[in-house]
Amino acid sequence: MTGVLPVTLEESRKIVQALLYSGKEYVCVMKLHGDARENRVNEVLKEFEGEIYQRPPLRASVKRQLRTRKIYYLEFLEMDGRNVLFKVGCEGGTYIRKLCYDVGEVLGCGAHMQELRRTRAGPFVENVSIVTLHDVAYWFMEWQKQRDEKILRKFILPMEEALALIPKIYIRDSAVDAICHGANLTAPGVLSIETEINNGSIVAVFTLKGEAVALAKVAASTEEILNMEHGVVAKTERVLMARGTYPKCWKSSET
Amino acid sequence: MRSAMTRSVAPWEIKRKLLTKAEDKTNLSYGHKPAERPAEEYMRYGVINLDKPAGPTSHEVAAWVKRILNLQQVGHGGTLEA
Repeated sequence: MTGVLPVTLEESRKIVQALLYSGKEYVCVMKLHGDARENRVNEVLKEFEGEIYQRPPLRASVKRQLRTRKIYYLEFLEMDGRNVLFKVGCEGGTYIRKLCYDVGEVLGCGAHMQELRRTRAGPFVENVSIVTLHDVAYWFMEWQKQRDEKILRKFILPMEEALALIPKIYIRDSAVDAICHGANLTAPGVLSIETEINNGSIVAVFTLKGEAVALAKVAASTEEILNMEHGVVAKTERVLMARGTYPKCWKSSET
Repeated sequence: MRSAMTRSVAPWEIKRKLLTKAEDKTNLSYGHKPAERPAEEYMRYGVINLDKPAGPTSHEVAAWVKRILNLQQVGHGGTLEA
């Protein structure tokens, strides 16, 4: 199986969790075990849009209990004999192999996944900034020879790119270091906030320079936060920035 | 959702607007815009959008990147089976 695989370097491993849960898109070749009419295949694929039930396969890295996954879209592309090509946009953790098997069961003839290419993982897509292992080896060698930072930026992206689809809250410089030390984000520190945030959403807390400070779980909606004057806006879940990057601006009782 | 036939919205289809709560400036004497981090820091806070080849596992591919770049910790987001 090929396609988009975001690889995190050193400190950026902290955002892996956010990538695991992010939505994915695949292009898949499904092999039918019997003959089926094209419009019937099309029909059955459409039935799988929305929420589906899946039990993780035998060799899976998670607990094998029935769970639901959202299929955002499932588009029939083309069919050649018993090979069916389709595109699927789905929630992270959807097993496409399982999906093919289930489509085969509904069709009655049976089916399996023949080939799979991931075309999206969260904000990363296959036609923008994607590089091969060869590119990585080549550009890194060039960087070592020339020491030109432009070369590094050709194949490595800032970890903030991985957070592009997560709603953001921008904060004051003076609030940054407290959060790096694990404090929660309070209302006075908030400068701006994106729409479509609900109580319980995971947000990315950013500086005005566009640096990621932390991942946090909000305790109110966008509208409520805009009107808050004090109190906790978001509970810090994962600190991304190193302590001391910004100056310490809070008072401690010990000093 | 207007009807059961409306397909659900994928996370990458959601449009967000930025609303201002208060105004402030950022001090340029600390921190860096992500794209302007010094080389060593840029790498440590970096992500590669890798096109996984067929054959090796996601884990093996991440290990190769680690060896090529001579780093301590390399991970990957979302296993893509071999």
